[in-house]
Amino acid sequence: MSFWSRHKIFETNSIILVLGVLIVISIGGLVEIVPLFYLKSTIEKVEGIRPYTPLELAGRNIYVREGCYNCHSQMVRPLRDEVERYGHYSLAAESMYDRPFQWGSKRTGPDLARLGNKYSDDWHRDHLKDPRAVVPGSIMPSYPWLEQNELDAKAIAQDLKVQATLGVPYSEEMVRKAENDIRTQANADDPNIADLARRYPNAQSRSFDGNPQKVTEADALIAYLQMLGTQVDFKLYDNKANVR
Amino acid sequence: MAQAVAPSKEMTFGEAGSALAFAGLALLSIIIAAKAYTPEYAFHAYLFAAASVAATFAIVNRYYERPAQLPPQTIGGKPNYNMGPVKFATIASVIWGIAGFTIGLLIALQLAFPALNFDTSWLSFGRMRPLHTSAVIFAFGGNVLIASSFYVVQRTCRARMVGDIAPWFVVLGYNFFIVIAGTGYLLGITQGKEYAEPEWYADLWLTIVWVAYLLVFLGTVMRRKEPHIYVANWFYLAFILTIAVLHLGNNATIPVSLFSPKSYIVWSGVQDALVQWWYGHNAVGFFLTAGFLAIMYYFIPKRAERPVYSYRLSIIHFWSLIFMYIWAGPHHLHYTALPDWAQTLGMVFSIMLWMPSWGGMINGLMTLSGAWDKLRTDPVLRLMVVSVAFYGMATFEGPLMSVKAVNSLSHYTDWTIGHVHAGALGWVAYISFGAIYCLVPWLWNKKELYSMKAVSWHFWISTLGIVLYISSMWVAGILQGLMWRAYTGLGFLEYSFIETVEAMHPFYVIRALGGALFVAGSLIMAWNVWKTISAGHEAEEVSQATQPALIAAE
Repeated sequence: MSFWSRHKIFETNSIILVLGVLIVISIGGLVEIVPLFYLKSTIEKVEGIRPYTPLELAGRNIYVREGCYNCHSQMVRPLRDEVERYGHYSLAAESMYDRPFQWGSKRTGPDLARLGNKYSDDWHRDHLKDPRAVVPGSIMPSYPWLEQNELDAKAIAQDLKVQATLGVPYSEEMVRKAENDIRTQANADDPNIADLARRYPNAQSRSFDGNPQKVTEADALIAYLQMLGTQVDFKLYDNKANVR
Repeated sequence: MAQAVAPSKEMTFGEAGSALAFAGLALLSIIIAAKAYTPEYAFHAYLFAAASVAATFAIVNRYYERPAQLPPQTIGGKPNYNMGPVKFATIASVIWGIAGFTIGLLIALQLAFPALNFDTSWLSFGRMRPLHTSAVIFAFGGNVLIASSFYVVQRTCRARMVGDIAPWFVVLGYNFFIVIAGTGYLLGITQGKEYAEPEWYADLWLTIVWVAYLLVFLGTVMRRKEPHIYVANWFYLAFILTIAVLHLGNNATIPVSLFSPKSYIVWSGVQDALVQWWYGHNAVGFFLTAGFLAIMYYFIPKRAERPVYSYRLSIIHFWSLIFMYIWAGPHHLHYTALPDWAQTLGMVFSIMLWMPSWGGMINGLMTLSGAWDKLRTDPVLRLMVVSVAFYGMATFEGPLMSVKAVNSLSHYTDWTIGHVHAGALGWVAYISFGAIYCLVPWLWNKKELYSMKAVSWHFWISTLGIVLYISSMWVAGILQGLMWRAYTGLGFLEYSFIETVEAMHPFYVIRALGGALFVAGSLIMAWNVWKTISAGHEAEEVSQATQPALIAAE
């Protein structure tokens, strides 16, 4: 029996063909994906990474909703020009709480992985409202509705709860105070700011859209953009300790 | 066979079961609509309710209208093929194609002229771009795949499709998924994962539809009158099975609530990235390649009236392609925080993938041996052969771009967009157009297409469009990649980011022009399809041309 006639078993038996296909397509995925869950070198040990505050998480969800990832990456590669243009290359640890990840695949606009604290809140507000008002050559769409829409965060505690189920270290207290934390973080004069900062170290609290009367979608999105890439202090980061 | 005396009419298990299931789904949808957290989600729940009520009504109505006995498996010794769902999916693919290409044109223009975002949420680029990709890949491509697979599996197995309601459920259910997904993007309902944007409830619905698809397809294969399973069906089967696995893996989410459209994925960060590109690259590999290779393996031999070039090559090509494609995902994550070993593995397999890809191309092109003259006379065959040539080009470019050094320049630029469209416009759309041009006269029993001249016009106009598209994106991508890494003599970065954006403008305009030509071509096709169905000459008798011969193993 020649090699070729042995193939007859797949051609004449549909279930064997199905099993053959399933086995053949499983191997590559298993070899590449499974080790990422147990190899300790996959995600560096770094100081400073904390889960998103409720306001930042709500802002991140708006980032996802508007499809920002279609034009902006969040992944600085370890290449000379990128490190000079954007800052330290991205670490796996910096997106360990990202569901979904937003590394992106296209830079129609610049990378945003280290956007936090590079521009003022006012700049972001003006830029979201009309990008060409601050960057004349920009081709980004305008998002005027963000500073008009009140943030709908009634269910944010449930969002935290689901993430806690998935392993994000949200404590029971964080879930309980989630809705309140949103109001706290969007108001520079809120009495609970110190309490919020205890739960979420280095969280910045102020009215991000310049309108303390209401918490808008712009508040949430700008809060998220202003914390992007700011959690790790790279003056203290020792990459030799994490050779991967 | 003894004929039963006046058989009493009874609802089949499928009819009763699906009518009840849809009635239940209607009820559940109304409850969800009433308690939904957001108006957008309530809108979707009402859509589900309306569709379920319509389905229940249609099933019951169909039962009262139909004769007591279900359609026979054979008529006069010949298989009684079930072509209704195939016709529906064929027409749907033409309509979705035009919609998807037009949205593509709009977003191309938005990048050249941002005023075209109209400061309106649902018209903005970030929401329209997933609408474009889903409309062309899943709506246009998906309907072509369902139509052609249901046609090919019946003809090559010489058997009527399995199921009475099931084939209609697959076709209509799949198109309903498209409507939910597309309206969801416009309303801001998205998972934020490329090519897998639909949220949990749409994913769940697609899972049910897809299982039905697999069962109908596999059941029909099992019913075959031929001992061998034809090579096109191997590819269809691999496509259906693998897409099921990928869909489940990449959409493993937990909804915030039954009453919320939002869900969170169980994978996070770096693991989510690799699962996403394991899915994303194999959506290309199995949806846009394996499925369309099946079309190549049936329609090219059929149209050229020549057997497949090499049976042995098709065996090697099939198994090596489906084995290697799965490994190639990490090349979308070069130089990222994904561990280096995974990146290297992805690159190595991507380069090796060149060989099975070209094996398939050679098998498709060489099938024309002895029939090359038909390229001059048959514009439909020309479309399909050029599509295989584009397949060869795109599958050479892909491995090239997966090399890390090349990728460091090409990634994040429009070169990637150009590469994707070489495959999408040149390969996927052209082989689909060829299949549609073949299917329409066969399905509606016409002698030939209404106008061959119109096919020629379609071919040349859209080929010019593709050339403008791809070449402008090559220049744009390489230019932008070089500008990003350009240094002045003093060692500073030479260009600010916005300067590299401004440099793209002329190429974005040329690209949009190419896209407009492609849309124009598809409108010619729609006209031709319409005229063929409504005014084409009837075929004298149902053509029972010989099946493409699969040479038996030696």
